[in-house]
Amino acid sequence: MKSLLTIAASVLGCIATFAAPAPELRFCLHAEPKTFNPLLVDDDASETIRYLTGGVLIRVNRRTQELEPHLALSWHVSDGGRTIQFRLRPGIVFSDGTPFDAGDVAYTFKALMDRNLHSPTADPFRSDSGDPQIKVPAPDQVRITFPAPVSGLERLFDQVAILSSRSPAKDRAVLGPFMMASYQPGVEVVLKRNPKYWRHDAAGRPLPYAETVHLYIQQNRDFEMVRFRRGELDLIDTLSPETFEQLSRQMPQAVRDLGPSLESEMMWFNQVPSAPIPDYKKAWFRSANFRRAISAAINRTDLCRLIYRGHATPASGPVSPANQFWFNSKLSPQPYDVADARRRLAADGFRLSNGRLFDRDGHQVEFSIITNAGNTAREKMAAMMQQDLRAVGVQLNVVSLDFRSLIERISQTFAYEACLLGLTNLDLDPSAQMNVWLSSASNHQWNPNQAKPATEWEAEIDRRMRAQASTIDMQARKADFDRVQQIVAEQAPFLYLVTKNSLAALSPSVRNASPGVLRPQTYWNVENLIVAQNQ
Amino acid sequence: MKRIRGILAALLLAVALIALFPKVITQAPYDRQFREAAGCPPSLRFPLGTDDLGRDRLSRLLYGTRLSLLLASASALASTLLASLVGAAAGYIGGWCDRMVMRAIDLTLSLPWLFVLITARALLPLNVSPLLSVAITFALLALVGWASPARVVRAAVREMRDSDVLVQAKAAGCRGPRLIALHILPQLKPVMAAQFCTAVPIFILSEANLSLLGVGVAEPLPSWGNLLRDIQNQPSLTGGVLAPLILLVVVIGCFQVVFSVEDLHS
Repeated sequence: MKSLLTIAASVLGCIATFAAPAPELRFCLHAEPKTFNPLLVDDDASETIRYLTGGVLIRVNRRTQELEPHLALSWHVSDGGRTIQFRLRPGIVFSDGTPFDAGDVAYTFKALMDRNLHSPTADPFRSDSGDPQIKVPAPDQVRITFPAPVSGLERLFDQVAILSSRSPAKDRAVLGPFMMASYQPGVEVVLKRNPKYWRHDAAGRPLPYAETVHLYIQQNRDFEMVRFRRGELDLIDTLSPETFEQLSRQMPQAVRDLGPSLESEMMWFNQVPSAPIPDYKKAWFRSANFRRAISAAINRTDLCRLIYRGHATPASGPVSPANQFWFNSKLSPQPYDVADARRRLAADGFRLSNGRLFDRDGHQVEFSIITNAGNTAREKMAAMMQQDLRAVGVQLNVVSLDFRSLIERISQTFAYEACLLGLTNLDLDPSAQMNVWLSSASNHQWNPNQAKPATEWEAEIDRRMRAQASTIDMQARKADFDRVQQIVAEQAPFLYLVTKNSLAALSPSVRNASPGVLRPQTYWNVENLIVAQNQ
Repeated sequence: MKRIRGILAALLLAVALIALFPKVITQAPYDRQFREAAGCPPSLRFPLGTDDLGRDRLSRLLYGTRLSLLLASASALASTLLASLVGAAAGYIGGWCDRMVMRAIDLTLSLPWLFVLITARALLPLNVSPLLSVAITFALLALVGWASPARVVRAAVREMRDSDVLVQAKAAGCRGPRLIALHILPQLKPVMAAQFCTAVPIFILSEANLSLLGVGVAEPLPSWGNLLRDIQNQPSLTGGVLAPLILLVVVIGCFQVVFSVEDLHS
């Protein structure tokens, strides 16, 4: 009898072992990946796949924002930021078993910098005309020399997934924790564990823990939410304040407010001299007093409280507090101060009559603000600003435009007066913002493509931005960029309104998660994530 | 059926009257933000509660109803008149005029009107008051909505052209505009009425679609479209959140029953 029971128990045990699903991580891509070539990634979905499959020399820790050695054991930047030398980790192989060495790094970097490839990842490395020189002094060493200094050089390698130069499988051979298993367009991308992945946990067990990653292609965020509630998904990287509130009622243990993100909302006035708007309005918009008066009349605390349901903070400038190193902590958000707004307007000759504001030539102060249609939060912000500005006699007209028309107006025809949009600084380094702050840049939104700086303060921003980009002395760079932030706060070419919080959802079945505000917020340490067996 | 139709007509009339005189029901301005009371549930002060910005939902519903009903009716009237003019000319004159009008109708009907409206809206001047911008939106709706009723009117006029009444009128020397005014238009009245009544709910729903996409009625004006859009972002559907949806369904339903096209034609 006892032996029969033992046999029965063994059989049941075997069945249970075979029936237990392998631990898998499941979440959504919000669009079809445009490419699986890691050098051509230019969209969020492809970036997710690159992050999960690609091995990089240096990884930015999304939690501490510090650099961590991955495929490189160490690196050294020299020659004023023109040269970087890596020493590579020994004994690493690609997912197909091909050994990894310096030749692969050289091969990848040459391919990346090939101008015919038009790789978006390569752009930040192009500091000057001319191609970088790549040398392989030893199988575990590689040296790259650029024609001019590249600021924040090491961080850029976080985006460069190393390809194999010798593998017969070429782009299917990866160095990241997962490798491609299958792809059904419009349905899902399945990644399976890379058995040759080089990392191990503290106990010496090979990483990653998850056997597979299912990336469901799901554009509709409501469906994503329903699937998460049903337990069909393990994480959602970004939640809107509304869905966060909904979920926090139903699954309070699953939601995480990670604090200020890198996303902010801002508005600016059109200061383009050739813009097809009346001259008297151009004069208003060019006045720092006018811009700061409008800024002071906007109640940012109410914007955070009502539109973002408390999951946002008033913004103080172009850099979010989430960017720990570059944030200028001496700046504070513009306080809501109607009296100050009125004082500044009066100083510029504006006068209030019967609740309406007039300039010194008798023109009533009325302007339109454009924003992209379909963004409910921005439309509500504009509605709140309408009421706030009424208190200082300003008539604000809100116009929602489809995104293409909006971009055409702000970048080509300049037929607009003010614009309300969002800003996301994915790259922490200020050099990534050169295309915004330089007066000659096309994204210098309030007055782009200037032949020479229109104002003294824009000239100073140009000088400071160029100075910080041409040195690797971090303290000097920080001082320059702090001054840029201060000028922006004083002159208010952009009125920064709110910094949104990073909101995420993680199933209680996911362990070892340590979400941060940098993308990818929830699965940046994907190899360490343990998923309890899915229901 | 007649009794039900009477009740629904009375309901429709009541909605129209309340929408025309919203101050009888509520004193709160539709755009005033009571920010300290944002997202409040229904209360004596705010019978349907307040929205995310603290605006009185009841006030916004009533003013939104007025705007949607008035402007949908106005644009339905405009499109019906335009359709009657074009359709009657095509049907009466015939020949090259008829062929040209029919091609224009085909072309208009084949246009993706939603994209046309969004594009046209993007080309309009920015600095216009919210009321003018919404009037422009409805005028655009009327401009793209004439084609379908024009085809119906044209068919009716063609049928009428060889009728005994018109032959007798022509024999009596009645021609041109006098013939159209005295003999054709009076006979077209039921067709025009049917087209008008069909167009009103279509325009109401078109505005709702445009506002759902964010290119309809601009803030701070309320309309059924942007009130419906607000439902999308509510964490819970309690209180007066669903009131615009209920009212929209009731009004469109009443329209369909009270002004049934078959009855109007007969």
